[in-house]
Order: sequence, then C-alpha cells, then structure tokens
Amino acid sequence: MLSWRPDSRADAGPPASADQLVVEAAEDGVLRVRLRGRWSLRAGLPSTAAVERALGSETPPAALVFDAAELVAWDSALVTVVCRIQELAARAGVPVRSDGLPSGLQRLLGLATAVPARRGGEAASRAPLLARIGTAALEAWHGTHDALAFLGEATVAVGRLLRGRAVFRGRDLALIVQASGAQALPIVSLINFLVGLIIAFVGAVQLARFGAGIYVADLVAIATARELACIMTAIIMAGRTGSGFAAQLGTMRVNQEIEALAMMGLAPMDFLVLPRLLALALMMPLLCIYADAIGILGGATVAIGLLGQSPLQYWTQTRGAIGLDDIALGVGKSLVFGILVALAGCMRGMTCGRDAAAVGAAATSAVVLAIVWIIAVDGIFAVVTHLLGI
Amino acid sequence: MASSREAHVRVERLTMAYGDFVVMRDLDFSVRRGDIFFIMGGSGCGKSTLFRHLIGLEEPAAGRVWYGDVDFTAADAQTRQALRLRFGVTFQSSALWSAMTLAENVGLPLEQFTDLSPEEIREVARLKLALVGLRGFEDHYPAEISGGMQKRAALARAIALDPEILFFDEPSAGLDPISSRLLDDLIVSLRDSLGATVIMVSHELSSIFAIADDAIFLDVEERTMTAQGPPRVLRDHPPNPRVYRFLTRGGQPALEGQP
Repeated sequence: MLSWRPDSRADAGPPASADQLVVEAAEDGVLRVRLRGRWSLRAGLPSTAAVERALGSETPPAALVFDAAELVAWDSALVTVVCRIQELAARAGVPVRSDGLPSGLQRLLGLATAVPARRGGEAASRAPLLARIGTAALEAWHGTHDALAFLGEATVAVGRLLRGRAVFRGRDLALIVQASGAQALPIVSLINFLVGLIIAFVGAVQLARFGAGIYVADLVAIATARELACIMTAIIMAGRTGSGFAAQLGTMRVNQEIEALAMMGLAPMDFLVLPRLLALALMMPLLCIYADAIGILGGATVAIGLLGQSPLQYWTQTRGAIGLDDIALGVGKSLVFGILVALAGCMRGMTCGRDAAAVGAAATSAVVLAIVWIIAVDGIFAVVTHLLGI
Repeated sequence: MASSREAHVRVERLTMAYGDFVVMRDLDFSVRRGDIFFIMGGSGCGKSTLFRHLIGLEEPAAGRVWYGDVDFTAADAQTRQALRLRFGVTFQSSALWSAMTLAENVGLPLEQFTDLSPEEIREVARLKLALVGLRGFEDHYPAEISGGMQKRAALARAIALDPEILFFDEPSAGLDPISSRLLDDLIVSLRDSLGATVIMVSHELSSIFAIADDAIFLDVEERTMTAQGPPRVLRDHPPNPRVYRFLTRGGQPALEGQP
C-alpha cells in the first residue's frame, strides 16, 4: 500500500509533467483519471485542464473514478489536485468515486471535507473605489469622534483632579516624573547643545561676512528661547516618552489590565492618564528652561572657540537680546506641548487594539500625532504672538 | 445542591451582538446563590462575550441581567459601581497590574475602598496571597512568577474585598493538569468558606465534571443556549446530540428519537 511520504520532498524528483495525470473516457460513460508516477509539492502541480474539458463537454460523464495503480509516491500535491478535481466535478454535477485512491489519501480527503466551510469565512473581495473612499471617510469621522471623546473625558478627569476627587497613586506620579524629567536630561542636553552649536556655526559664517559676528549671541539666544528649545525638547519627549506612554497603556490594554482596573471601580482615566498628563505638564517647562541654558551654552562654545569672543561679551550680548518675555513664551509653549505629547501618547495607548502589532502601531502613531500637533500649535503661537507684538 | 435556594443572577432574554452580527440570542437562565455555575461551549461560541456582558463590559443588544432584585442592565453608574464592588473578576490573561508587586495588586482595591491603614492593608494582602498558596511572594512582580502563580495571584486580588460573586474566564487556560486541579480545589474551598456564587467560563471537561453544580451550554450553530442543568445529568440524559458530543469529547449519542 502506498503511504504518506513526507521524506519524498527531500528528493524532488522530476518536475510535474502531463503524464502524471491522464484522463480517459471509459466505455460506460465514466471518466477515468489515472494518477501515475511520483507526486511532490516541490516538483509542482500538474494541470487539471484535461479534467475540466472532459467535465465541461456536451455529454458530461456519468461519474468520475480515480485509478492509482501506477502511483509511486505522493504528498500534499496529490491531495490538492484531487480536492480540485472533486470541486470541479461537484460544480459540474458529476458524482466522484474515490475508492480507487490510496487509503491514506482517502482519510486526508475525509478530514479536509469533514467540517463544512463557514459562510463568509473567506476574505471579502476588494470593495469598489467609491465604497473604499466612503469607508475611509467614515473611519476618519469615527476616529475624530473617538479623539474628541477622549479629550472630553480627559478634561472631566482634570476637573476631578482640581476638585481633589481624582484617584491615583502618588508613587506612580513620582515614577513618571522621574522617567520623563530627570532621566530625559542627557538626551535633552545633547540635542539642544548641538542645535545651539549648529545655529551659531551657520550664523557665524554669514554674520562674519558683514563684520557682525558679535550678533551670533543674539541669533542663538532669540532662536533658542522663543522656538528651538521648546520645539526640540517637545519632539524628543514625543519620541521618548509619548511613544512610551502609548506602548505601556497599549500593553496594559492587551493584558486586560485596564479592564481589571475598571472592574475594581478605578477610573482608568484618573488612574493612568492623569499622572502622565500631570508629569509632562510639570516636567516640560523645567526641561525647556534647562534646554534654553544648554542651547545658549552651545552657541557660546562656537562664539568663544571659533570667533574669539570673550565669555563676558557673549553674555552681555545675550542679556541684551532676550528678555524674560521671550523665555516665558518658550516655557509657556513647552507647557502646552507637554500636555499635547501626553494626550497623544495616552490616547493612542488607551484606544489601542488587542494584539502585539497594535501596540507597535499605537506607539508609532502617538509620535506622529504628537509631532503634528506640536508643529500646528507652534504655527498658531507664531501668528498670535506676531499679532500681539510679543 | 438544593434547587430551592434563591436565584442570585438572572439573565432574561439576553441577545448579544456586535453591530449587525448576532453572537447569541435569547439567553434565559438563572444562577442560584452559592452554586458553581459553568458557561460551556465550543471555542468561539461567545462564552467570553457572555462573560463580558455579565460584568457590564459590554452592553446587550436586548434583554436584561439581574443581580438579586437589581436590574444591572438599566442601573445607573452609581448602582453599577456599588454592585461591581461585590464582584471578584479574573480575566483570561491574569491581568495583574504589571507595574505593581503582588501585595500591591491585592492591596490596591483595599486601599481604595476601605479605611484600613497601610500596615493593615499589607496584612490583609498577605493573608489573601497565603489563601491561594503564595505566601512569601508578596514583593514579587507578576513577571517574576509562573503562569499558574499569576492565575492564583489574580484570584487573590479578586477576593480582596470578599466578593459575593466570583467570575472566572477560562481559569485553567494554559495550566498543566495538576495546577488546573489545584485551582479547581481552591475555587471550591473559597466558595465554601466565602459563601460566594461562582460563575466560570470554561470548556475544560475535567473541571466541569469535578466542580460544577449547574451549567448552560452555548450552541454555536443555533446561536443560543440549548441546555441547562448539572453537567452529569446533561451527559446521562442529553437534550440534544451536540451537548452529548461536547460532554463526551465527540462521542456518538445513542438517543431515543434522534437520527
């Protein structure tokens, strides 16, 4: 008896050929399908066009039988082809007798057809363009709706916080403050120092041509205090902390930890979102002030090292260029950016899907969303401060 | 178990649906106080969905869920919250808060809903962990213990506030037979000592026959429940072939009047 031979895959044998599957019309109107030689998935599947032609002819056969007398070896290739032939015959309304097949193959066929196909189980066919646009528009609308609902809930939670009725653990807040404050200092230092340095380099080359090298200090101070320190820090925090929030909360959602909180009567909004929001709202302005100092230090390094200015000269020039209002503007913006980064991270985390891939997507999307919000809000700030003459 | 005891949970013509897709319709059953009640059925039939409806994580498309004489479905947020504090829920994944130690996991509900001092909370948490055989693991984080221990720790958290009803979603999923048996024993002894009603979602036949007082069978083909009763009775007098096949791991029924 022929048996299932998975090892036949090791020696692929000759490629699939037409003489593996021979279709003959027997005298009593029965279609005889002869299966011959070695069948192997690695060698490929022979064509069933001959069977299809015979089944589709004007006088369809009374029945279809298999003849496996010349079969040497087989694997899933044969099972697949026999299944295909059975489907073709069923469609043409021709009964199939499978008693000519090896018994192992008959058992496999039995398994493959034991459970009827679930209706609607196959992936839906591609919808027409208009339908897809419509679906995408509806999804965008639902997304906006969800985002607004989240903002609303977060606002209500902040209200509870202000009335002293929000419930979260002080220890959680302290840990998040540490992670998003002190532990962010090295990367904030590095980036802001380099940005100050770059601005000073670019400015020095241009200003030196007019003999105005002394104004490098002004350039660096104004750019850093008003824009660069808060924007760079916000973008660093979006990539570092916002994505972290999304991944943490997303994983908690996948593990049903958030549902467990809700079942214990603890509002996840208070317990998880508020401490993160609060931590970034507290830490971002502090980081921004620190970034101001580091950025100006970066500029000073170039001015003193490259242009030969004295530290006192640079300091005096900086003091003259910016006032408290410039620094306050940057710090105020960083407070807003901090809230935006925390909201984007928490929102993507809390609305995350229920598998590992969704957590990754939530983290990515949190960073993208936060950066878009930061740049858009900074644009609004630029217009408003221009109109107000600040 | 005497059948004269009052119904603790009553489900009335409950229909569950996601959008247009009806998961199960017209579920009608009640759970007696103090029973260990199983929701049985094949994979993907909607057992966990029913579980989520019972604890209020999903809203029914139609029908009601009663706890005693309180209509949970129509209750306002405050009433629901009050009821939920009498639930002890363990999820399919143990759902322990991964950023907290086991003692903190068990202690958090005590911290929020009792006036106990931190020392007293720690003492109670240690007791609850000892009840589930985790003495000495108070300061471990969930990631540091095995899957079976996580399940037991989740149970310790669920019984933190001495609940009236314990809910388990597939408690023995992913456990070896011995751990699974120990968990069953633990559930029975907690029911006996706390006097709680236990509602479990499971398809573990060994658990079902070992500890169930009563059960319903959700039939994925019919999209509704097709049997209620003690599992042994259902096996010996099956109301339909699918229940019999489920309870005998695919055995063929010899039923009168059935083809």
